[in-house]
Amino acid sequence: MSAFSQTHSRSRRPAKQVRPIWMEKPRKITLAAKGTALVVIVLLVLMPFLVVIATSLSSTESVVENGGWVVWPSDPSLKAYRQIFSGGIVTHALWVSIGVTIVGTAASMVCTVMLAYALARPKVFGGKPMLLLVLFTFLFPPGMIPTYLMVKNLGLLNSYAALILPVLISVFNLVVLRGFFQSVPEELYEAARLDGAGNFRVLVAVVLPLSKAALAMVSLFYAVTYWNSWFQASIYMDDDHWPLQQVLRTYVLSGGQIASSTGAGDAAMAAPQTIQMAVLVVATVPILLVYPFLQKYFAKGVLSGAIKS
Amino acid sequence: MSGPEAGLAEIGSTGREAGRDEPQSVAGPNEPPRRQTRRRFMGPGRLRRDRLFVILMLPGLAYFLVFHYAVLFGNVIAFKDYIPFDGFWGSAWVGVQNFKDLLGDPGFWHATLNTLEIAGLQLIFYFPAPLALALLLHSLTSHTLRRFVQSVVYLPHFMSWVIVVAMAQQMLGSTGLFNSALSGAGLHTVDIIGNPELFKPLTVLQVIWKDCGWGTIIFLAALTQVDDQLYEASAIDGAGPWRRFWHITLPTIRPIIILLLIMRIGEILSIGFEQILLQRTTVGPDAAEIIDTFVYYKGIIGGNFGYGAAAGLFKGVVGAILVYAANKISHRLGEQGVYK
Repeated sequence: MSAFSQTHSRSRRPAKQVRPIWMEKPRKITLAAKGTALVVIVLLVLMPFLVVIATSLSSTESVVENGGWVVWPSDPSLKAYRQIFSGGIVTHALWVSIGVTIVGTAASMVCTVMLAYALARPKVFGGKPMLLLVLFTFLFPPGMIPTYLMVKNLGLLNSYAALILPVLISVFNLVVLRGFFQSVPEELYEAARLDGAGNFRVLVAVVLPLSKAALAMVSLFYAVTYWNSWFQASIYMDDDHWPLQQVLRTYVLSGGQIASSTGAGDAAMAAPQTIQMAVLVVATVPILLVYPFLQKYFAKGVLSGAIKS
Repeated sequence: MSGPEAGLAEIGSTGREAGRDEPQSVAGPNEPPRRQTRRRFMGPGRLRRDRLFVILMLPGLAYFLVFHYAVLFGNVIAFKDYIPFDGFWGSAWVGVQNFKDLLGDPGFWHATLNTLEIAGLQLIFYFPAPLALALLLHSLTSHTLRRFVQSVVYLPHFMSWVIVVAMAQQMLGSTGLFNSALSGAGLHTVDIIGNPELFKPLTVLQVIWKDCGWGTIIFLAALTQVDDQLYEASAIDGAGPWRRFWHITLPTIRPIIILLLIMRIGEILSIGFEQILLQRTTVGPDAAEIIDTFVYYKGIIGGNFGYGAAAGLFKGVVGAILVYAANKISHRLGEQGVYK
């Protein structure tokens, strides 16, 4: 504990102390240029988010007044959110997205962990051909049309399985997990074996607990993929089955009107643009919520996976 | 598994399991030749010993067989006049007619040209961007600041293309922030979103916005591999920051740059399908038709499955050749490449 707080306080010291002795102090103009570049970059990334959130919170009048965009809502109201959550197509799509994300992530994780564990152990029966079979798909991805016909022939059109099964295992995630499983020291496997644990018990009691960080990261990657998917829905599903991103695409990008299920008259309606931005926020928020957790793991995880493959 | 135990399992299983172990002869030819001492692992006990692993592999095997290999085989409809009513087996063979039509189709060549143009622009403007940003981040001595900027620039990678395109419209559209600022300053407004001429640069900007930060991860990791002693020694020898960058930093990260360049070239035909499909209606097919959208509109929207599959297969084969060739070139240059 004391060691931890020591390193912690050291990192809080002024930046100058971190500079290696051999490195020259940057000139003032370099510092200014760097600072400006960083501020501009950060603003370029954050501004769109701020504008979207501010617009979604604005009243109809202030949106019209500002010609369609708002940086700071002068008269914040949740009217748009109330409207899209009142049981229309957006509410339904939100449930679809949540369901597909949860079920899809769980299914993907189970299958990926199983396969990664089998491929991570040395000299497993059939392991080598299986690994080649998996890696070859990296080189030659299947085409869009044969995939569509396969989904259709399996009778998966308009079923939520069509959003999950064709993308069940990501080779990248598989390779990352396999790398983590392989990095579990061989001695631990042997110790568990000597204690009489079978291969399955080793997986559950030794490998999985040691790979928590990797598991968290890979499952978040899967969750983000499922949450963000819209193209599959647009070709496999009719509009009763659309997830949120596809609704967003139709009503924001193609300029369609979101039908309100409330009986309120036009006067009570939020401006179309406000509603569009509110949908955009709803589609973004879950990612912003998991992002801090995601961020903790990914840099390390991605790299250990990428370097090994 | 340790030696003696494996031996026991094998002895215990030999007689009883002989009949059930037939499948292992199927995998036999794929196994590398083993030395005499290892031969016992090939015995009939191996499948039994590894039965749990085999079971664990089954769902994955089924997935890859159905959604990759069967689908890959489904590409034979590129050689058929596929009629959904007649089905996969019932449709008539037409040989390479679809490919002949494809190569004579100006629409396809236009799509190919657009794909190459966008890929070329990305190679020139998008490819170096993460490297530049990584160098900037790497030069920051304050860890707090560096971590903050990193979390900000990684974020857009996790947004879907729908969100990115919607935000771009909100910011750059005719009534967006950018144009409001222009008109506020008394300048002419520019319609960036709906202008076919500006579409290709716009896509590059969107890609940079979305993935530049994420792309820095791999460069930053490569930069930490640089040996600080080299910097120190060269600084003592009088090398300035630029010389150190040129003679130490760059050579160290050269393999990773070449690796990423190869991967980029291998993907040159698969650029930005979702991104471009989302904006194709706004700017029209002249500016925004790429091979993937060509496949989508001909095959899935137009119902001309055989023709679309032919275009997709063409793209896949050329793409695989590109990856292979780029990798060969990297070997010639003495780099490691993507695979060995």
